[in-house]
Amino acid sequence: MNFRRIVLIGIPYFWLLALFLVPFGIVLKIALSDTAVAIPPYVPKLDLAGGWAALVDFVSQLDFENFAFLATDDLYWKAYLSSLRIATISTFFTLLVGFPIAYGMSRASGEWRPTLMMLIILPFWTSFLIRVYAWVGILNTEGLLNQFLLGLGLINEPLILLNTNIAVYIGIVYTYLPFMILPIYATLERLDDSLNEAAEDLGCTRFQAFWLVTVPLSKNGVIAGCFLVFIPAIGEFVIPALLGGSKTLMIGKVLWEEFFSNRDWPVASAVAVILLLILVVPIVLFQRNEQRQREAEG
Amino acid sequence: MTDKNAQEVFAPWNDPGAKPLITFKDVTKRFGDFTAVDALNLDIYAQEFFALLGPSGCGKTTLMRMLAGFEMPTEGVIELAGKDIAPIPPNKREVNMMFQSYALFPHLSVWDNIAFGLKRSDMPKDQIGDRVNEMLRLTRLEKFARRKPHQISGGQRQRVALARSLAKAPKLLLLDEPLGALDAKLRQDTQFELMDIQEKTGTTFVIVTHDQEEAMTVASRVAVMDHGKLMQVDTPDRIYETPNSIYVADFIGDVNIIEGRYETSGAQAMVHWAEGKQALIGPKNENLNQGDACALAIRPEKVSISAEQPDGVNNALHGKVLDIAYLGNLSTYHVELPGGQIIKAQTANTRRLARRSFTWEDPVWLSFTDTASIILPGKGAS
Repeated sequence: MNFRRIVLIGIPYFWLLALFLVPFGIVLKIALSDTAVAIPPYVPKLDLAGGWAALVDFVSQLDFENFAFLATDDLYWKAYLSSLRIATISTFFTLLVGFPIAYGMSRASGEWRPTLMMLIILPFWTSFLIRVYAWVGILNTEGLLNQFLLGLGLINEPLILLNTNIAVYIGIVYTYLPFMILPIYATLERLDDSLNEAAEDLGCTRFQAFWLVTVPLSKNGVIAGCFLVFIPAIGEFVIPALLGGSKTLMIGKVLWEEFFSNRDWPVASAVAVILLLILVVPIVLFQRNEQRQREAEG
Repeated sequence: MTDKNAQEVFAPWNDPGAKPLITFKDVTKRFGDFTAVDALNLDIYAQEFFALLGPSGCGKTTLMRMLAGFEMPTEGVIELAGKDIAPIPPNKREVNMMFQSYALFPHLSVWDNIAFGLKRSDMPKDQIGDRVNEMLRLTRLEKFARRKPHQISGGQRQRVALARSLAKAPKLLLLDEPLGALDAKLRQDTQFELMDIQEKTGTTFVIVTHDQEEAMTVASRVAVMDHGKLMQVDTPDRIYETPNSIYVADFIGDVNIIEGRYETSGAQAMVHWAEGKQALIGPKNENLNQGDACALAIRPEKVSISAEQPDGVNNALHGKVLDIAYLGNLSTYHVELPGGQIIKAQTANTRRLARRSFTWEDPVWLSFTDTASIILPGKGAS
């Protein structure tokens, strides 16, 4: 192997090592430590100057106490389950909204497509935080949505939307919609129009052709989109913090409270490690899907 | 031609009592300002292998897509077996199409692709299997039934597409450039296979192609199209031997065109083509009058080339060899006449190349018999 190849392959590996594996190692180390009134607020501390003996002493002080603690308090596993549920429901609704948009874009005439694509990407130009915060103004009791519905006479009393799970769903669907639309659009756009014509020619109605040809062939895009929404939605913190209520239980919020309110870094780290382990499953599935897609095309 | 006899027997277009399967009545199709098909009339008969031939953009694909139901005529009526098909959607027509891209469903196996149309029909489940197997046998694909389209070769995919479109036993099968994606050798084999399958199933085939050799090989009749109009509809041999216009003569095969003025003398016609040159003699054209602008069309293989002036031939031209295209079995000589016009003459290389009697820059004589050429209306004349 020549030097250039090593450099080329080395860069992504170095990137992963420096920005993923090392930080993860540090988080794991903190998760295995004990909380203490100190700066930083945990013991033991690693003293590399102390040589081999200090290292052995350091490792002997690490334990799985914090993980055991997570199992005893039902707050944590309820928060994990609730996060999974909220992420699943939001992903489903994002798909429900995103698929027709992606389908419409793929059917649009060629000159319109760049504009539509631009409109999908445009919200990213505004800060994520501001966009989520804007929903507070839309969803609260005196908000735009309630005023609009009251004005139309559709409702007599304002709807309580803000600080409920519904607001969290709306927030996640809104924020992650582009991640659903783009991969689905990418697969639909590549579909040969003559496949649908062939299905019609062979006796399908328009809807049957859509159901038997378009939908199965957009499967990979749908799977990719769902993972791209589901994976970040599980650990979402900003949306439940701003839009969710006191009853909205999500692991991102628990993590925040452990870290900043309780200043319990070791428990917060343990929460983060477990969250990562939970996410490994969908991430591996996602990558397998991507690989299969590449193989099918190659 | 081996099927010469078959062609003479099967000629419903010559039988005034025969009912056509498909009738186009003054069909026009416009896309915005563009007229793809222009007031076209055409009859296609049952069991025909009908070829639509023309350059890209001539309207042949639009014509086929109107038969399939993907396009509606702007004006006029298309009848299938005597019934107007305009109100029938594509999925209800007894017409199936084999797409240029084959349009095989990539997520289904070969077997399921072929069964796709049958499953949408009211055929009982147990018969579907038999029919699919029959189609697999017909197209020699039995071994590949479980494979996905991307796991088989281009030629096999082409046969799956054919089997799929034939499975429902349509009254009419449309083939859109069916062999376009195959290499030359496979194309030839597949052309004969197509003819064989057409004969076995007795289905009416309409094939769209821009490859004149393909159209000539497979079709019982060929329609040459240009700018949305039919230029000529006839059997392959008549299209080649008696084209009705310079366009058709030029489009089908190679041809020399010598323009001139038309004159009749007795049973023959004369073409005055250059000042001070002896007029060329050819068969009469009833549509031309004395003095009309005309063009004498002569195929290169009907032009003889010799070193000495031939005896007893009316049509003899003197020139010099400009270029020789050696094709192995044939050689095409490009001969320049004193006026600068280039005439092509083709001869079979029956002797070894080294014994060729003339080469570049040699003066030669070109000649052809009185009946070898055909006289067509000249350019500008309608």
